Amino acid sequence: MAIRTTASARTKFFRGLRKDPTMLGGLTLLIIFTLLALFAPVLSPVDPIKQNIQASLTAPGPDFLLGTDKLGRDILSRILFGARISLFVGLAVVAGAGAFGALVGVVAGYMRGWADEVLMRVTDIFFAFPSLILAMAIAGALGPSLRNALIAVAVVSWPVYARLIRGQVLVLREQEFVQAARAIGVSDRGIILRHLLPNTLAPFLVQASFDMGAVILSVAGLSFIGFGAQPPTPEWGVMISEGRNYITTQWWLTAVPAGAILLLVAAFNLIGDGLRDLLDPRMRQ
Amino acid sequence: MLRFFIRRLIGLVLVMAGVSVITFALAQLVPVDPAANALGQNAREEQIAAYRAELGLDRPVVEQYLRYVGRLLQGDLGNSIRTRRPVADDLRDYLPATIELSLAALLVSLFLGVPLGMLASMRRNGAVDAGARLFALVGGSMPIFYVGLLVLGLFYRQLRWFPGPGRLDATLNAPATVTGMFTFDALISANWPILQNSLAHLILPAATLGYFSTAVLLRMTRSAMLEVLSQDYVRTAKAKGLSGQVVIWGHVLKNALPPVLTTIGITFGSLLSGAVLTETIFNWPGLGRYATTSVTTLDFPAVMGVTLVAAIVYPTVNTLVDIAYRFVDPRVRVE
Repeated sequence: MAIRTTASARTKFFRGLRKDPTMLGGLTLLIIFTLLALFAPVLSPVDPIKQNIQASLTAPGPDFLLGTDKLGRDILSRILFGARISLFVGLAVVAGAGAFGALVGVVAGYMRGWADEVLMRVTDIFFAFPSLILAMAIAGALGPSLRNALIAVAVVSWPVYARLIRGQVLVLREQEFVQAARAIGVSDRGIILRHLLPNTLAPFLVQASFDMGAVILSVAGLSFIGFGAQPPTPEWGVMISEGRNYITTQWWLTAVPAGAILLLVAAFNLIGDGLRDLLDPRMRQ
Repeated sequence: MLRFFIRRLIGLVLVMAGVSVITFALAQLVPVDPAANALGQNAREEQIAAYRAELGLDRPVVEQYLRYVGRLLQGDLGNSIRTRRPVADDLRDYLPATIELSLAALLVSLFLGVPLGMLASMRRNGAVDAGARLFALVGGSMPIFYVGLLVLGLFYRQLRWFPGPGRLDATLNAPATVTGMFTFDALISANWPILQNSLAHLILPAATLGYFSTAVLLRMTRSAMLEVLSQDYVRTAKAKGLSGQVVIWGHVLKNALPPVLTTIGITFGSLLSGAVLTETIFNWPGLGRYATTSVTTLDFPAVMGVTLVAAIVYPTVNTLVDIAYRFVDPRVRVE
């Protein structure tokens, strides 16, 4: 599954993209969220943590497009700043867990033998943990904060990359181009960095895309039960937790942040689906 | 088969050993003294020191770990700092509620996800397919805690169609404990009012917890069916005049089942994580809520107990799935 960045492959990719409405929809959503997050300070009507008790629990309308919460804080502003947090959370965890998992996977798959055995047994241990319970225990031990929730979710997220990359490397290392590189004396480091890792990029990206959504959901869940971001941070999970008693009366307190999570996570899931279909010739119709 | 079991058992023991090291290490990271924490702010220094000694917290870390493992091997998970009861007793009380909830959620996703996935694959790109895919996309992207709050608000507080949080109405007593699963215990003791009430309490949390796994199963069934539907032998079966029903049930479903089975195994593992949030919202006295309270109060013996029990689930379910493979696909020889 080599990625060749020739012009024709790139053209094919974009042509495929145009024919694939799910991928296109996902990318569009992601671009919108990214722009909203980047320009949050400019777009936000007011400071996201500024209280305005007189405007408490105002329904969405001309004054407050998405309404206000019980402390009169503007929900639109909180959603915009929350997008920054969620996107950062996803990127930070997936980058960290992905890099670490890929390193473990590539070493295990390339070295094989006892190194592979030891690394994979360690991976099994982390796989056996129900992710949220381990993440909760880590966040509890380190103390509840957004940073510690990120560490916790990263610790439970890396094993999937280790297994994925190891599987890819086991196949790749027997292929002719790797054998040839070895025959002409390329060092192990060179083989790993120049020949193996670049060729695992495609499945890595598919996994990373799905994982972005899963990580955003996990961190929001941790924040919801009090082990992640703390009030008054405009984090979407915290917002839902703060609005939980108003779910049937002032629905916008919870529905708006829940909708934001839904759309952002769906964007990553759609992109993951699209990428997978694009890279798997059997799924191409 | 015996070799397979022995290998899996050794694997499980290794995993458990690793899990115990990690949770033990986590407990050491806690910046708060668990003894002082348990005794409260008014405790005197000597009292705290005495309690620390009683808990063995004054010993070197390695010694504490070895003692812990030694007790584990005798089935002793230590005492909870918060409830002051043996952790094993606490788990015995809380675990059945979680198993009941997870099984009910799994049933929901089996009865919704698999048929919907089949239907979607047979009507590919039609309205049913589009609807099923949207349902799956939302299920896989929606925060489960919002779904829980929403159904509780709507169907309990607003419409009063279902009873509120908890496993039974406050006026009712739990059925005599056999399995600890109320619906099951009520059924075997023919206690119909309790059965009805516990089922009514189970529906909303099970539907909430099951939505995510329904989405996963639906997608997997759909893509597995589509893959098989494009095979030559399916075309041959249709060409030789077999009815659509025979082809779907006899040829397609049978061959699409293995990846679906794997997904069921994986899903069951993820149900436990989902149970943490679902149980918090529905005040469901299960392992997830026990874990949350234990972490909040830094009751690490309890946290270690929960993680150990939870870590057994995934490898065990995986082994069961591998055995089930043998029955579904005779080509697979369990080694």
